[in-house]
Formats: sequence, structure tokens, C-alpha cells
Amino acid sequence: MQVPILKQGAYLIATVQSALTDEDLKQLRDTLVVSVSRVRARGVIVDVTALDVIDSFATRTLRDVAHMIRLRGAETVIVGIQPEVAFSMVKLGLTLEGIATSLDLEEGLAYLNRKGNGSDHGVRTHR
Amino acid sequence: MGFALIADEVRVSIDCDADIVSARQKGRDLASQCGLPTTDLAVVATAISELARNILRYAAHGEIILRLVEDHGKRGVEVVATDDGPGIPDLTLAMQDGYSTCGGLGLGLPGTRRLMHEFEIISEFGKGTTVTVRRWKR
Repeated sequence: MQVPILKQGAYLIATVQSALTDEDLKQLRDTLVVSVSRVRARGVIVDVTALDVIDSFATRTLRDVAHMIRLRGAETVIVGIQPEVAFSMVKLGLTLEGIATSLDLEEGLAYLNRKGNGSDHGVRTHR
Repeated sequence: MGFALIADEVRVSIDCDADIVSARQKGRDLASQCGLPTTDLAVVATAISELARNILRYAAHGEIILRLVEDHGKRGVEVVATDDGPGIPDLTLAMQDGYSTCGGLGLGLPGTRRLMHEFEIISEFGKGTTVTVRRWKR
């Protein structure tokens, strides 16, 4: 299952449409890291609203995406983690340290816009 | 163990990473049949995901068996993850947060224990591993 990646202004938006295998997740990671420089994106949003499970492998891969993209000079926001998914992640012991998260796509875009203006008011960066 | 089965068990063979997704979706479907709340469906699916990935990573092949069980009027889901892989040399270490022999996060087994109400593990070095977990409707 390929994840469509949309370019909107200076941002890339990857919207996960259905459950992803480990291989799909790795492919998403690799594609994003390459695309960010190709389109000179300043920010990346990964929308995981459709994911009903974020397990240890998915968490690690999302974390890797954010760290790799930061090394490429752009920012990543993970948006749309569902309440029951958040519950399971915490019980499992998973965190997204150092990774920005937002409630939904709109909030994620607002975060990147603020970040671009040098203000990051209202952001959740997990440290 | 002696829990009454309420429905036919579902067996999912684990041989590739698409099977992990399939196992957790089947587990979620089954869990919803016994009336577990939405949060618990995600919890059960996440536990299945961790157990199935352990099978794939350490044993290459195995099976996830999903059952709806009943115990004194209490209903729940039972997940058995079984393989005949190399077994776990040190169970105490394997149950510690952050311990992994394959570069993972080391949360699979201890995290799964936290997610579920009951957790049993039998592992024999050189013969395989069977993990049985249950989550009851409360």
C-alpha cells in the first residue's frame, strides 16, 4: 500500500490511507527523506489518522523519519494519532521524544507556519 | 487452562510482514464480536502486532491463534503466538524494557504484558516459544 505524498506550498503531506506493513513504512520513510530535498520542502506532515495500530516498529520508523528529515533541514509533524492508538502506545511504553505532533492536518499546517515565522506557540514537541 | 470457547478459533500463519497486518485485523474483528470497547480493540490489535513481529523476527515462521473465551460469565479474547524457532535463552532479560537482541526497541514482550490482563510465556531453548495473552471485557 503506497502512501500518497502531496506537495502543498513549501510542505509535503503524506496521508496514510490504510494499514501499513513494515515494508510500506520503510518505503514511506525512504521516499520522504529523498523527496524533501527534491522539492525543497521546509516541512513534512505525516497524517496517521487512518492507522488503527501504531506499534513499536511504526513508532520507531516515524521517529526515524522525523530525525532524518531534521538532518535534511526540514521539520516533521505527525498528525492524527487516534485516542485509542495513543492509549495503546503509552501502555506499550512508546514515546515520540523530540517529535512534533498535532491533533489534525489543520493544526499541523498551523504549526509549520508558525515555525516558519520563528514562533512555535502551542506546539507539542516531545522532549 | 479450561476456558470455554465461544466461537471457532481463527488461525493466522505468520510468514511475512503482511501476515502481521492480517493477524491484527482478524484479532480486532474477533475482539469486537465479544463487545470489547474501541480502546481495547486497539490494545488487542497492538499486542497481536508485537507478538506476530517477534515470531517473524526471531523464528521466521509461526502462528497466531485467536480465540473468544469465557470464564464464569466473563468474556474475553485470547491470543496465542506460537513458533518452533530458537526459543528465548533468558526470559528474565527478554521481559525487561529496552532489552532486544535484534536492534529493536525492546518493548515487545514487556509492553504486551502491560497491554493485556493475562500473560503467559513458555520458551524452550532450541524448541520454540509460545506466548498466551488474554484481555477480558470489564
